[in-house]
This record gives sequence, structure tokens and C-alpha cells, in this order.
Amino acid sequence: MAKHTLIAYVEDVPGVLNRIASLFRRRNFNIDSLTVGRTEQPGVSRLTVVVDATEAGARIVEANLYKLVNVLRVDDLTHKPSLFRELGLVKVKVTNQTRAEVLQLTDVFRARVVDVDEATLVIEVTGTPEKIGKFEMVLRPYGIVEIVRTGAVAMARGHELLSAAPPLVRTTADDHHPDHAGVSMSV
Amino acid sequence: MKLTGAEIIWECLQKEGVNVVFGYPGGAILPTYDAMTKYPKIHHVLVRHEQGATHMADGYARASGKVGVAIATSGPGATNMVTGIATAMMDSSPIVCITGQVGSKAIGTDAFQETDVTGVTLPITKHNYLVTKPGDIARAIREAFYIASSGRPGPVLIDITKDAQQMTTEFDWAAAAPRLPGYRPSYHAPASEFARAAELINSAKRPLIFVGQGVVKSGTTAEVLKLAKTAGIPITTTLLGIGAIPASSEFNLGMMGMHGESWVNEAIQQADLLIALGMRFDDRVTGNLKTYALNAKKIHVDIDPTEINKNVPVDVALIGDLREVLSLIQPQVKKAEHKEWWADINARRGDSAVRDIQNLPDSGHLYAAHVINDIWRLTQKRDTIVVTDVGQHQMWEAQYFRHEKPRSLITSGGLGTMGFALPAAIGAKFACPDKDVWVVVGDGGFQMTSCELATAEQEGIKVNVAIINNAFLGMVRQWQEFFYDKRYAATPMTGPNFVKLAEAYRLTGFLCDKRSDVKATVEKTLAAKGTVVIDFVVEKEDTVFPMVPAGADLDKMIRRPKQDVMLESGSDKDWEMPSPALPNVFAEAKAEAKALNGRGKVAQKPAKAPARKVTKTSRR
Ligand SMILES: Cc1cc2nc3c(=O)[nH]c(=O)nc-3n(C[C@H](O)[C@H](O)[C@H](O)COP(=O)(O)OP(=O)(O)OC[C@H]3O[C@@H](n4cnc5c(N)ncnc54)[C@H](O)[C@@H]3O)c2cc1C
Ligand SMILES: Cc1ncc(C[n+]2csc(CCOP(=O)(O)OP(=O)(O)O)c2C)c(N)n1
Ligand SMILES: [Mg+2]
Repeated sequence: MAKHTLIAYVEDVPGVLNRIASLFRRRNFNIDSLTVGRTEQPGVSRLTVVVDATEAGARIVEANLYKLVNVLRVDDLTHKPSLFRELGLVKVKVTNQTRAEVLQLTDVFRARVVDVDEATLVIEVTGTPEKIGKFEMVLRPYGIVEIVRTGAVAMARGHELLSAAPPLVRTTADDHHPDHAGVSMSV
Repeated sequence: MKLTGAEIIWECLQKEGVNVVFGYPGGAILPTYDAMTKYPKIHHVLVRHEQGATHMADGYARASGKVGVAIATSGPGATNMVTGIATAMMDSSPIVCITGQVGSKAIGTDAFQETDVTGVTLPITKHNYLVTKPGDIARAIREAFYIASSGRPGPVLIDITKDAQQMTTEFDWAAAAPRLPGYRPSYHAPASEFARAAELINSAKRPLIFVGQGVVKSGTTAEVLKLAKTAGIPITTTLLGIGAIPASSEFNLGMMGMHGESWVNEAIQQADLLIALGMRFDDRVTGNLKTYALNAKKIHVDIDPTEINKNVPVDVALIGDLREVLSLIQPQVKKAEHKEWWADINARRGDSAVRDIQNLPDSGHLYAAHVINDIWRLTQKRDTIVVTDVGQHQMWEAQYFRHEKPRSLITSGGLGTMGFALPAAIGAKFACPDKDVWVVVGDGGFQMTSCELATAEQEGIKVNVAIINNAFLGMVRQWQEFFYDKRYAATPMTGPNFVKLAEAYRLTGFLCDKRSDVKATVEKTLAAKGTVVIDFVVEKEDTVFPMVPAGADLDKMIRRPKQDVMLESGSDKDWEMPSPALPNVFAEAKAEAKALNGRGKVAQKPAKAPARKVTKTSRR
């Protein structure tokens, strides 16, 4: 199992997010994160979905996304040179003694302080989900009051268009190990 | 042209070529019913329960290949449709369901009879719509028909608010053409895949063709037979593929899977190539996936990319419509005969219990298999559609009624919906009024939707209902027999006097409890004018053989008894359990008492329901 990042372009119609969430639940796919936002094209939203899946599993997720009538295109960025970014806001406890240390760490992570009061700092950090995870880890000893993360967004590098081709179905699925746990035992 | 939303619904249905709809009125759909009176070309069938409407639309679709239409009101009307929609979804049946919804202003307020119907049906429809403006109705309907019938077909639901039905707007059919940029009903496999497929076919020594419902849907019987003939490949079908290849074809080995023929399942485990055409490797077909067809390379032809590698990893996937795929593959296939392979299969076939049960002497017991086989024999010269329900009778029908034509068997395979048969048969009769439509149904399933007899009576149509009455939820009883030490919990079942029930509906009822009466009863039924209900009182504790226990290896079947049970009195019936044998401690007297309880009237029982000897022998 590995993380797969899929980008889906969807028609911006009521209920479309519900359809996608329902698909993931119904097919028992494991979502790590799901973000959605507008695109340069009116009426089209862009979704970044990170799923935990085998290679064959990711192809099945992709094919299932395509099957939704409102899904316009799906790209798998997992094996393409691409950028992954997530934004986090961390509210951390500080005292006169620790404030300087926290500010230093903020610098190291190229994060920004966006709010200050006598007992806390709110720090905005962007980067890969791993980097945000690490930032959270180093701040934990100071006492994290609250943390919010957006989930990853992703974009391929370079100027070449990703293909809008229909899902490529792999046929040599060596990592596909169905077992009969999935067999329906009902009459 | 200015029309109300309700009128637009009927205009669109008419333009889509609909001439019959199945429905039930209520407050939120009343404007549509009111407008119906202006469209006499479309016949409305008033059902007795909205589940019936969806099954009728489904039966209509399966018999005709066209889209079936069902209509219901909001709330309870719509939720009653859920079972029928899920049934259609699992078996890829093209139906369009139209439901009324509360006024658009009331949505979200828990208004009277408000249900989030698009939410409820989201995972069981191919697509669905909530329409709140009259101007959106035409496009939703056009898209619904297109989506339901194209690609891999399926049910589409359109939920239309009451105010959208009432308001007036400009109706412009042309402007309402489907706009579905994200919908891809068809795919085309690359040429390289065809070359790989042909190579596998041409080099195989023990190939098998799997025929599924996709062959029925694409109408490619002739093409598949041509492929089989050219390359000398035996064919086996799924339950839903029955009829796609004539039972009489020398290439047709019969059905695969849980209750498939033993020689077929053994052949699958020994094959070196499976060519799967429009079938989806359901778990009733494969048994234990870990040991399934390990010797075989697999070619999977399916129109739906999500089916590829879902259950069974395949070597070559040809995604696309079967008609196109077969036409491209055929020229690349070399002539072959595979004599050894055929000899192998025929040898195994020879040692299995013989399916020709016609000449078995009458043992004084009436067996469901006999009833079904006799109906087949007596109706062979007629054009017949059989609609089966779910249970033992469904499997016996699949085994003992020999289907020669596509769409001559209609059954709920994927969802296994009891109560499907009678309403689906009514739908099929509307699709094919010139054909005989038979219902083969259990006493349990019949009681789930028997209210639709009133619909048949009101419509004056003729369906022939053969109730295979074993006074049990037979298929569940069989599982209890095999896997729960014969503890018959909640499976003995009583029913009404079915003859009187038929008569109460002003229909004809017959009772038949002897093999010698079957012929006359069937003949009387065929001669009768309207719908006939026959109560075939059959052996209570009869068993469907062979059987692959759920999740077991495909060739580890519980085999048919060595001596055919129908030759013997029930008490001599032995069956073999595959090794390791499942535990079977049976308190004979207790279960027998329970079984008799089920029948209620012990006095009329044709023969004592006997206890069975169980021989636990291990095979191979
Ligand atoms: C009590 C009970 C026992 C059962 N026992 C058995 C059994 O022993 N054996 C058995 O086989 N079944 C059995 N079934 C039925 C089983 O559950 C499945 O419903 C059945 O096997 C499915 O058959 P299928 O794959 O052919 O059809 P479907 O499920 O309808 O699948 C058809 C496939 O064809 C594809 N397709 C459709 N149109 C096209 C086209 N134009 N071109 C290409 N592809 C297309 C679809 O995408 C789909 O993948 C049983 C059911 C019940 C209720
Ligand atoms: C709606 C529904 N409920 C329950 C089941 C589970 N089930 C499968 S077969 C069966 C027994 C069917 O009994 P009957 O209709 O009498 O047919 P028989 O098996 O006796 O031929 C049951 C309860 C089902 N398939 N569908
Ligand atoms: Mg029964």
C-alpha cells in the first residue's frame, strides 16, 4: 500500500462532493485527504484526493471516479514530477522563556506568525504534508492548543498537459491479492 | 410552446418512445397524474406497491431491451422503490424512475412526506437528479434515458418538485439535448491488446468462453457462437447469461458457479485460458478467489472499466462494447478443435448425474425439478419468457428449463430480490404481449408481492404463475441443512390457500401435487384466458445440487447424490460433503416436527418428510 494522489476535475453541480464521498465510502477506499476548490474554468471544480492503495487499487479508484457522470477528468500524479502543498495553522502555547525558541523554529520551517497574544502564537505553515507533520511534532513539547490542516493540493510540474485519456487499466496486477473475506456469505 | 412541468414530463416520455409506464399516485406527483389524461398514447399501469412498479419497469426492460419507466410520489412512494432500484442497479437494467418531491421552498424543512430521495438512492442509481425548475425537466429526462440505456445500462432516478411540475415554461425539446461532458459510455481498447488477446486464444490448449449478461445486452449470440466454432472453444454461461447461447448448442456446457454443473466448474479449474465476455466474476461464480482458475490466463471483455481486476486479476482487458470487440478479435482467431480438451470435459460430464430426468419413473413424490422440466417440455413449441424469483426454484429453473433464446429468462441475480418475479413478469408481458410469460416462484417470494395479482387482473393480462410450494424458505433451509446442523430456524412457512387466493382476485387457480397431473395442469393453464396461479405442492426438503458452499473452492462441490434422488424415496437420499466434511449433528425428530409445523395441515402432506442419511465421504 502506498499513497496515491489523484486529481479529479468535476462539474460544479449540487451534490457532486456527496457523490464522490459516497463512492469512497461505498467502495471501501481509504481516503487520506480530500480537498476541493475552483479552477480557472467557470463551472469546474478541482479535487485532490490522496488515497492509500496498491497500484491496482489506485487504478480501480481512478476507473470508479471516471464512472461518475459529473467527473470530467482524472489524473494520477503519483508517478509524475509534481508539487504537493498543504497549509496548516498551529496555535501553540508560549511563555516569555519559550517564545524565542518557537520563533526560531518558525523561521527554520519558513513558516509565518500570523497572530500573537500573551500566551499563544498562531503560525501558518505551508509545504508537503510531511513537513507540516514534522512542524507539529517539534512544537508539541510547547503545548499545541489547536491545529488545522487543509489537506494536500497537488499540481504537476512543467508545461506539458497531462493526458485526458480514459483510465489506463493495468492487467498484470501482481499486487492484487483478493481474499475471500470479501465474499458475500448471504443467501 | 408553453407547457407545465407536468406536461413536459409526458411530452418527453412520448418523444423517448415510451408507451407504458408503471406507477402509483400521491400528493407530490399529482400534477403529473393530472396531466397524464392529456396523453392517452401512454398507457399507465396502476401497481399495488411501488416496489412492483420498479420490478415491472425492470422486467419490461429486460424483456425488450428498452428503457422501463416507473413513477411514484415523494416520501414513502419513493422509498418503496428502493428495492427495485437496487435490483436494477445490480443487474444493470435500464430503468428511469420519476418521483414527485415536496415543493422546492419546503425542501429541507421535514415537510410532509419529504425524503431526501436523491440522497437515499445515490449509491443504487447509475445517476440521479433533483429538479426544482420546470425548465430543467426536459434535459433531465433526456439525459436520464441516455444514461440509463448507454454503456453499462442502469437505473436513473429523477426527483421533481411539485412546484416544478405545476409551473409553466417554454418547452424546447431540441435545446434540452443531453450535455454530459463527463459521461463516457464507451471505450475502445488499443490494437495491441487485441493482438495479445488473439495470441492467447491461438496458443491455448484448454480454453473456455464465459458468457454473461453482457452478451444478452449487446445481442451478440451469433458472434460468440462464431468465435466458439472457429476456435473450437466450449462455452459456459452465468445465471444471467442463460439463453444468450442456446441450451441445445453443442458448445454450451451449461451454467457455472455455486449451483453450476460440476463438469463446468472442474473445467474452469483446469482451463488454461478463460475468455470472459460481459460477465463480472460475481462471488457466486468464482467461489474462493484464492484458488480460482489458477491455471488459466484471463481475457476480460467488459464495457465497464471498473470491473477489470475487481475480483479476478486478468492478463488482457478489452474494454468496450462486445459487438465491437468481437468483430475486431474474430479475424485474428485461428481455426482449432481442441479435441483432447473436449474429450476431457465430456468424460467428466459422463460420470455426473444425468440431467435428462424425463424418463425417471414416478416415485410418488412431486419434485420441483420435474415440474419445471415438464413445463419446459410442454411449452417448447411456444415462445416463452420465464421470470423466476429467488431461491431453490430459481436454481432448478436454471438447471432444468432449457432456454434457447436470449431474454427468455428474467431473474434477479445480483441482488437476489425475493418478490421480483410476479411484478417483473407483468412488465415482461407488457413488453412482449405475444409471448407466453411464466412465473416460477417460491411460496415465500410469491407472498412478498402477490398483491400484484390485482394489477394483472385489472390490466386483463395473462401470466402463468407456477408456485413451487415446498412450505419452506427452501434455499435458506438448505443452508441450514448443510451448515447449521439442520436447525430450521424461521424457515418452515405457511401460506394461504393459493387456489382460493387466485379466485379471490377473480383469477384462475389450480392445485397440483402429483407428477401425473403436471401435464394436464400445464395444458389447462395454457388454455385458460387470464392469469393462472398454480400451487405445485412439491417435496418439502429437496436440495439443489451441486453446490459450492459460499467461499469454498469452486471444484469442492457438494455433489448430487450418486443415485438420483428423484428415483428414490426421500429417505434414501444421500449427499456427499466435500472434505473436510462440515459438522452435521442432527436431532432428527425435532427437525422433522418443525418441518411438519411449517406445513400446518399434516393430514394433507403427500408423503412424510423423511430424515436423511448423510454420508460424509471425501472426494479427491
Ligand atoms: C440464489 C442465487 C444463486 C446464484 N447462483 C449462481 C450460480 O450458481 N452461477 C451464476 O453464474 N450465478 C449465480 N447467481 C447470480 C449471481 O449472483 C450474479 O448475478 C451473476 O453471476 C451475474 O452474471 P453476469 O456477470 O453475467 O451478469 P451482470 O452482473 O449483469 O454483469 C454483466 C457484465 O457485462 C458487462 N456488460 C454489459 N453490457 C455489455 C456490453 N454491451 N459489452 C460488454 N460488456 C457488457 C457489464 O458491465 C457487467 O460487468 C445466483 C444468484 C442467486 C440469487
Ligand atoms: C427480499 C429478500 N429477503 C430475504 C432473502 C433471503 N432468501 C434467499 S432465498 C430465500 C428463501 C426463498 O424461499 P421461497 O420463496 O419459498 O423459495 P424456495 O427457496 O423455497 O424455492 C430467502 C429467504 C432474499 N433473497 N430476498
Ligand atoms: Mg419455498
